[in-house]
Amino acid sequence: MDPSLIDWSRAQFALTAMYHWLFVPLTLGLGVIMGIMETIYVVRGDEYWKRLTQFWMKIFGVNFAVGVATGLILEFEFGTNWSNYSWLVGDIFGAPLAIEGIIAFFMESTFIAVMYFGWEKVSRRFHLASTWLTTLGATISAWWILVANAWMQYPVGMTFNPDTVRNEMTSLSSFFTVAFSPMAITKFFHTVMSGWLTGAVVVVGISAWYLLRRREERFARSSMLVGSIFGLVACGLVMLTGDTSGVIVGRTQPMKLAAFEGLEDGSEHAPLTIVGDMKIPNMLTILATHQWTGFVPGINDILNGGYKLPDSTTALSAEEKMSRGTIALEALTLYRSAKNKGETEKIEDLRTRLQENLPYFGYGHIRDKHDLIPPVGLLFWSFRIMVGLGSLFCLIFCLLVFLQYRKQLTRWPLLLHVAVWCIPLVYICSQAGWICAEVGRQPWAIQDLLPINAAVSALQSSSVRVTFFIFLVIFTLLLVAELRILFNVVKKGPQIDETTSPNT
Amino acid sequence: MNILNAIFRFYVEGFRRMTLGRTLWVLVLLKLFVIFVILRLFFFRPAMQGMTIEEKQQHVAQRLGIPLDK
Ligand code: HEM
Repeated sequence: MDPSLIDWSRAQFALTAMYHWLFVPLTLGLGVIMGIMETIYVVRGDEYWKRLTQFWMKIFGVNFAVGVATGLILEFEFGTNWSNYSWLVGDIFGAPLAIEGIIAFFMESTFIAVMYFGWEKVSRRFHLASTWLTTLGATISAWWILVANAWMQYPVGMTFNPDTVRNEMTSLSSFFTVAFSPMAITKFFHTVMSGWLTGAVVVVGISAWYLLRRREERFARSSMLVGSIFGLVACGLVMLTGDTSGVIVGRTQPMKLAAFEGLEDGSEHAPLTIVGDMKIPNMLTILATHQWTGFVPGINDILNGGYKLPDSTTALSAEEKMSRGTIALEALTLYRSAKNKGETEKIEDLRTRLQENLPYFGYGHIRDKHDLIPPVGLLFWSFRIMVGLGSLFCLIFCLLVFLQYRKQLTRWPLLLHVAVWCIPLVYICSQAGWICAEVGRQPWAIQDLLPINAAVSALQSSSVRVTFFIFLVIFTLLLVAELRILFNVVKKGPQIDETTSPNT
Repeated sequence: MNILNAIFRFYVEGFRRMTLGRTLWVLVLLKLFVIFVILRLFFFRPAMQGMTIEEKQQHVAQRLGIPLDK
């Protein structure tokens, strides 16, 4: 396989996914904030809160319009560039994704229309319900695709059928195993909560910008209050779900965790590296196992095997896994050939051999055990960016809530400047999160089952390169258009008559 | 019938009163055109288009079953 084909196909997918991910988090987070603001309006009956909600709905609308359908390009890429993968994944990308897509599409397109067109036409409560249901629709849209992603990290619940060469969901219980695997649950919550945090950072940042310019002050203060309290809650939830993600990654993808930490050799009391030689003794063990003592394997341990796994079995070495993978691949080929020739006496035997070695199926495609190590530097720093920025946001929200309580918000212009700068930072943080999850899975498309060199379609590398650059141009143009519209909306401001309302 | 009529009028009036929405719709339609017409037709043909199910199974089995590059 031409290595440049794999690289360009990956680059193209990464570009599209990262672009798509610029819009999703704000939709998820701002949706909830609009819902909270409109709820305040309905409970208090105060028109001022209605105007506030309407302004943030404008921002939501611009983001939604530019983001909508960008995810579809990923689906095209599955079929064109990753056709072997798409076929093998089987039922995951079949009916559930389609059903979810349809439900979410109808929910969003109905309720979003009421949200924008219905202020004077439907009752307040119906309008409020529509706002919440639009957000719920967007969150549902995120659900199954995250389940699918979780399955790629931790493929449980599906049965590989050598006749169809697909993974199949054979029963309802198989569906539930896929949908509610611990990886799927934490991934869903960590991702959605990180979207909430993004929404909060954007609302607080724009409000801070108004306060620094002494514009729309009352509007900015009210938005800041809702945004920062919500942001603080979201921060707590992101950290909690991030911590659980760490434990699950440690259990299911130890190589990924070792790469996050740049951990070459593991130990029973593994330290957490902050940066360089700054380490907190035993902290990695505590975070990864939630116990005082527990072996966290390093990269070398995982390659060499021989250590005790949590289920008390002994870890295989990379070479052993590779040879069992080769047995699995050969068993598949022989099985299909026996089936074609009608050699019934061999079929059962080969099927059993395949099943026994199936957990190592993908290792048959690995040529050098060092190919099993993902890019450590990129992961080490992406993980630190995500966690470091997450902690910074937490600190900032704490300070903002405290200063609002003490009514001293505008005495700290530096903090307001930092809040504005947090807007680009939260996007970097969130993208770093996906880099951790996806680059950390390398070289696998599906953990242990399918490496990317076998997942990719045999296309011309040059044609994939051309589409990469076409995307780059289209995406940049769209992004520039979005940012221009957004900046104009923000510059124009909410245009609320700040003197009319009796209570904020 | 009345309710359908009301829903229809709701949308028509909504679209008519749009301000910023107009620009956004232009952007959305342009983007959908690019995605579905240009990208889909010219750049993203499914790699196994035109194959029967059996051919697809055989194709993937061949790519996976025999160790690549070995
Ligand atoms: C502060 C503590 C945090 C911890 C301990 C943490 C932990 C993790 C871990 C372990 C993963 C990898 C999960 C996997 O590979 O399956 C991950 C992924 C991710 N993180 Fe974080 N994270 C934190 C903060 C944040 C923040 C502040 C954001 C964004 C605002 C964020 C956004 C993401 C995203 C989008 C992903 C990819 C989706 C996923 O795999 O869940 N994280 N995080």
